[in-house]
Amino acid sequence: MKAERRRVIPGFGLAMGYTVAYLGLFALIPLSTIFLKTAGMGWLNFWTTITSLRVLAAYQLSIGASLIGAAVNVIFGLAVAWSLVRYEFPAKGVLDAIVDIPFALPTSVAGITLTAIYAENGWVGRLLAPLGIKVAFTPLGVIVALVFIGLPFVVRTVQPVLRDLEAELEEASATLGATRSQTFRRVILPALAPALITGFALAFARALGEYGSVVFISGNMPMRTEVVPLLIMTKLEEFDYQGATAIALVMLILSFSMLLLINLQQSRSALRDGV
Amino acid sequence: MASDEAEYSPLGLAGVTAKNAVEVSVPPRATSDPPWARTIILAVALGFMGLFVVLPLTAVFVEALREGVRVYLAAITDPEARSAIRLTLLVASIAVPLNVIFGLAAAWTLTRFNFRGRSLLNTLIDLPFAVSPVIAGMIFVLLFGAQGWFGEWLSDHHIKIIFATPGIVLATTFVTFPFVARELIPLMEAAGTEEELAALTLGANGWQTFLRITLPNVKWGLLYGIVICNARAMGDFGAVSVVSGHIRGLTDTMPLYVEILYNDYSFAASFAVASLLTLLALATLVAKRIIGGRVEASSMPHENESVERKAA
Repeated sequence: MKAERRRVIPGFGLAMGYTVAYLGLFALIPLSTIFLKTAGMGWLNFWTTITSLRVLAAYQLSIGASLIGAAVNVIFGLAVAWSLVRYEFPAKGVLDAIVDIPFALPTSVAGITLTAIYAENGWVGRLLAPLGIKVAFTPLGVIVALVFIGLPFVVRTVQPVLRDLEAELEEASATLGATRSQTFRRVILPALAPALITGFALAFARALGEYGSVVFISGNMPMRTEVVPLLIMTKLEEFDYQGATAIALVMLILSFSMLLLINLQQSRSALRDGV
Repeated sequence: MASDEAEYSPLGLAGVTAKNAVEVSVPPRATSDPPWARTIILAVALGFMGLFVVLPLTAVFVEALREGVRVYLAAITDPEARSAIRLTLLVASIAVPLNVIFGLAAAWTLTRFNFRGRSLLNTLIDLPFAVSPVIAGMIFVLLFGAQGWFGEWLSDHHIKIIFATPGIVLATTFVTFPFVARELIPLMEAAGTEEELAALTLGANGWQTFLRITLPNVKWGLLYGIVICNARAMGDFGAVSVVSGHIRGLTDTMPLYVEILYNDYSFAASFAVASLLTLLALATLVAKRIIGGRVEASSMPHENESVERKAA
């Protein structure tokens, strides 16, 4: 079967060769520079770079804000997906379409706009200022930007699963005497859990590397509101390439393991569904 | 459980459903949310979308027009703005076609052949999703920058890649290469190989089969991928920011020019250029919606599924 397919359809060599060459030239060779550059700097140097206080503070902020942002997206993204699938309301088509805005809008546009809204004289910032809440130029601003950027990932992962959820399951649960909230907790939520976890992981991975929408609203104060991608940028501007690559390597390992987790999770739930 | 089944089985399927329907008529509210929950969920969803999507969208245009239409028009027709627009179009016009050819080749390889390392190749296509845009720009600086692997050779031969257009094209291509491939792979997988095999049997050669069978079958999916790839190519900020060097009027793409104006406190002008990018994003979403409908309608194996879905 395998050999037969390969023989009948032509173009294996050309298509495969082109794909591998392209990936090699544009992705693998460039990415390998990170590993080679850090390999050349020695363990001690590498270790002191990635454990310096400023770097640790940046990791802490990036990871913490990304986790919070992704968690916020899970809760509100579920509400958005639920409304889009289950309810009818005016302008539903428009709402469905603009869920993708954070994905389609250039991040620098998102950055300056969110800053304008949440600055102390901005539309929302003005309302929060009397309450003593500052958003722009604080860690809270970083979270706001990361919530914005992660929004489509949760909604677009949960939406199709929710749409394909069989009504029979909920009917059966109701027939057996479950209340609506019991049905939600025991029948619907477990069915949505894999999609919610995948959405969380995707939003988190995206947030971790996010640069454009964060730099404007964060204020970029070292130790306080400096995220990892910005720190890498600063090191590059100071021509400290080794420092930048060392920090980047840790980031890459983090996001690759995240991606690996998503793939494992997906293949596990695919196995369970018998796909 | 077991005893229930034993009791029902002699009645046959029709008997069971009829009996169920009579005995335990499910009240309509059992599978829909109570009105109060519905109101709360809708309010939360709409409030969230309003705050995080509608408000920023509105703010872009309000800020752009804050100092009047004349300032707006002056900002977007400024020579530096025009050169940023030109560079953005140029970069997209190189990066997108490159990624279309890559997407077609990758999809053909992954969906038409079985080979060792197939799933590894499939994973590698997603690589840019796991790489921060800043790191995506950085790797090209490490290769071609003044201190990079090829830095000396390039400067000896007076070739400029970093802080010049080629670097911007490279970084943009890297960041956007998954989009066309990711759109095509599931479609070509679903379309199967029967039609292509039929064409080959009837004497068509490989290119004829590809151009007359494969390409028409996936044309809407391809267009969908191109639209998304283009939006990301024109809008990339982080990766391009690293390799551009911010030379005004020379290596500034539109997203970078937005930043420069903003840092110069030319807020109205900055938002004016940003509004053009926002219009591009909105146009992308409209195109995405129109083409998305075509993709679903044109892919035959999905037809039954979507009909079922609508019925349910």
